[in-house]
Amino acid sequence: MTPLGDYLLVAALLFAIGLGGALTRRSAILVLIGIELMLNAANLNLIAFWRYGPHPEALTGMMFAIFSIAVAAAEAAVGLGLIIAIYRHTQTTDLDRISRMKG
Amino acid sequence: MSIPFYLISALTIAGAVAAMTLKNTLHCALALTIALAGIAFLFLGLDAQFVGFAQILVYIGAVAILVVFAVLLTRSGESLLPAKRARTWLAGLAIAAVTFLVLGWSVLASLYGLPNETAAPSVTMQQIGNALMGPYVFPLEVVAVLLTAATVGAVIVAMHEKARNK
Repeated sequence: MTPLGDYLLVAALLFAIGLGGALTRRSAILVLIGIELMLNAANLNLIAFWRYGPHPEALTGMMFAIFSIAVAAAEAAVGLGLIIAIYRHTQTTDLDRISRMKG
Repeated sequence: MSIPFYLISALTIAGAVAAMTLKNTLHCALALTIALAGIAFLFLGLDAQFVGFAQILVYIGAVAILVVFAVLLTRSGESLLPAKRARTWLAGLAIAAVTFLVLGWSVLASLYGLPNETAAPSVTMQQIGNALMGPYVFPLEVVAVLLTAATVGAVIVAMHEKARNK
């Protein structure tokens, strides 16, 4: 079976890709996609540590990942709702052009 | 050595890179789906069947569709500006590279201390249900409240101003 280190490296790479995308892209939707990728990388770490940990039958890591998925779903719903609301005001999703919060 | 793991990892990372670099936002959303599916398969490879299928249901079934809806509703797929990178893209790339180097270095530095493979844990759905209804029932209720609040909040935020004022 694959060693734990490989999973951690894949997760680290995914996290870095998500972070790089969130920092360099200008579209608000793509920034949200980058954040989703970072959350998924963290979930991968949680599940890998759960699988290789001394007490997998305690289900701690798995429960953490399940709740993390649920919170990420809520975050995506609110985030995309906000993007649509901002788009209605400014007619753009370009973060550089959204410079004021006044409605 | 397991070839499926490397294939799935390569697919996941390729999907993630494509999701963050492609020009058309709609293509980015579809590439994100590939990356999320790859992560779900990695979960299945780690004997976490429930989380793997939850990942497919929640991320591919709901989040990816939400992203596609947002792209289509805001028409950001077509109305693309010529220069799409943020002005500070070099700094952002450097920060991401440094983050990966630090994370990778810390993983490689602690390789010898990592736990070895253990026998595959036999986790049944009943055990997960018992855990959710037993020791984790309070977090479960909190998540239920959070999801309700998020749904209501997303609807109110995205609602038309005129409809809200009525």
